[in-house]
Amino acid sequence: MRDKRGPHVMNHTSPIERILRGAALTIVVLFFMFPIFWILLMSVQTNETILRSPPSMVFTPTLQNYQALITGRLETQAGSLDIEFMQNLWNSVILSVGSVALALVLGVPAAYAFARHKFRGSEDIAFTLLSFRFAPPLLVLLPLTMYFQELGLADTYVGLIWVYQLICLPLILWIVRGYFEDISPDVEHAYRIAGHSWLSTFRKIALPLAGPGIAAAGLLAFIFAWNNFIFALVLASADKQPVTVGALNFITASGIQYGQIAAAVIMSIAPTLALALYAQRYLVEGLSLGAVKG
Amino acid sequence: MKARMTATLPKPRRFSVSRRALPYVLSLPALLVCIGILVPFVTAAYYSLQRFRMSQPWNRGMNWGENYLNFMSDPDFWQTLKVSLSYAFLTVGIELLLGLGIALLLQKRTRLNNFISVMLLMPLMCAPALAALMWKLMTNPNFGILSYLVESIGFTDFRWGSSPSTALFTVVLVDVWVYTPFIMILLLAGLRSLPTQPFEAADLDGVPRLQQFWRITLPMLTPYILTASLFRLLDSIQQFDIIYAMTQGGPGDTLMVFQVEAYLNFFQSTNVGRSAALMMILWAITFFLSNIFIKNWLRLRERARGEA
Repeated sequence: MRDKRGPHVMNHTSPIERILRGAALTIVVLFFMFPIFWILLMSVQTNETILRSPPSMVFTPTLQNYQALITGRLETQAGSLDIEFMQNLWNSVILSVGSVALALVLGVPAAYAFARHKFRGSEDIAFTLLSFRFAPPLLVLLPLTMYFQELGLADTYVGLIWVYQLICLPLILWIVRGYFEDISPDVEHAYRIAGHSWLSTFRKIALPLAGPGIAAAGLLAFIFAWNNFIFALVLASADKQPVTVGALNFITASGIQYGQIAAAVIMSIAPTLALALYAQRYLVEGLSLGAVKG
Repeated sequence: MKARMTATLPKPRRFSVSRRALPYVLSLPALLVCIGILVPFVTAAYYSLQRFRMSQPWNRGMNWGENYLNFMSDPDFWQTLKVSLSYAFLTVGIELLLGLGIALLLQKRTRLNNFISVMLLMPLMCAPALAALMWKLMTNPNFGILSYLVESIGFTDFRWGSSPSTALFTVVLVDVWVYTPFIMILLLAGLRSLPTQPFEAADLDGVPRLQQFWRITLPMLTPYILTASLFRLLDSIQQFDIIYAMTQGGPGDTLMVFQVEAYLNFFQSTNVGRSAALMMILWAITFFLSNIFIKNWLRLRERARGEA
């Protein structure tokens, strides 16, 4: 580095300052990690060990909560009970994958059009779509409950996936557009002059170059879709509900089986946590809609 | 020569669309979705001008601005406005201070700092509704670890979400847990992209660290702070997931923020007119805020892309 002062400045910190920094960071990490850690612990305990007072971290771990969720049978003192948690998990997968796929098919060509052609009304459409991201979801959802009844879309995956475009489409459109704008159009022009059609230029040149951006936007859209709660709460009935809504109903259904609730929470957040770790370098840019380079 | 040049230009092919129509064709599907969403929006605006209860279909009719006028003398409405604003400003204020503090702690690009910043993203990846559920389990009066800890340091009657005096604190805490990492990660990226020269010059002149922070860091970071807090404010004033999952707006009307109140109005008291009017007012607030946000965000985006 040309900055010779760098190391010198770093050594400026006094021992006290370093201890204080260390302490502050420890508190921060504790506060943000503890809930996940604690729920994870709860999920491998029986109800008896959970209900002990004072709470203790000494117990024999058990996988029976997960087993009950996966097999769909809940054994309680009152008898056995069916749980549909795996159906909820499956619904989450269908809804999230479906809406991201649809948003990519609709959004990527539009993003390309907005990036390459300044046509009449293009900015207006792009802004209208972006403003959906910030409009109160219930404003659209309440009338939709009535329209969906009439259109026969009530309680269908198709209807829900369409509504999920409210969050997925603006995200994909704006992030991918930024990536297309960063690519110089010269390469595309050269390829077209070589006699290739517009479509093959888009497929062979533009799409691969914007690949990382499309992947990042897709991953983020997936996380937002997975975490969404209000759309399905308003529009889906029990057999179409994703984990966010299902886990909440599960509380009342399972009564006092706290270990199973904890296990359901862990199974519901695991996919997004794993994706976040996998795609961490894209997260910053995506979360700020490309306003900050990660 | 000229003839050959024109001959090399792309000829119309099977799927070719005229150049001028192409962008419209490409954005048409997205545009259709756009329109599909605008229709319910217009419907909501129309409902908000009606006397419309699902339980009394015979009584339905236009009453123009009456739903809005009624809000003026409706204590429930003012409670909704008050709680929504308190929630939004409390969460964003706390998250901003905490997020800035943590970003400053993690500013140096060391392996440990990078590792911690990735770890801190975890709460942000949890669905807010599930995060509320996690905290609900931890604050359960029978076995919740936090109830136990709080009691053991002397607060024997601390009832978290189920008491009107601590309910707001509890949901704000969950919001802070979920969203502080968002502000932190944005400000961290901002801090790390600041030019080093001003700081070197200030060091040479012997300017104390604290003064460097107030005079150099903070002003240069302002666009990032503004973007992050406006973005959060827009989301926070519409918060539904955390509050609904935690207390369903209760106890009583303690946490009846806009979207929870509108949701319950619609599905429990089936007062569609009032529910729609509430949403229109919330929309007006967010529309105003989002215009400021988008302007800010675009400016920041231009800058980020200039640097890239």
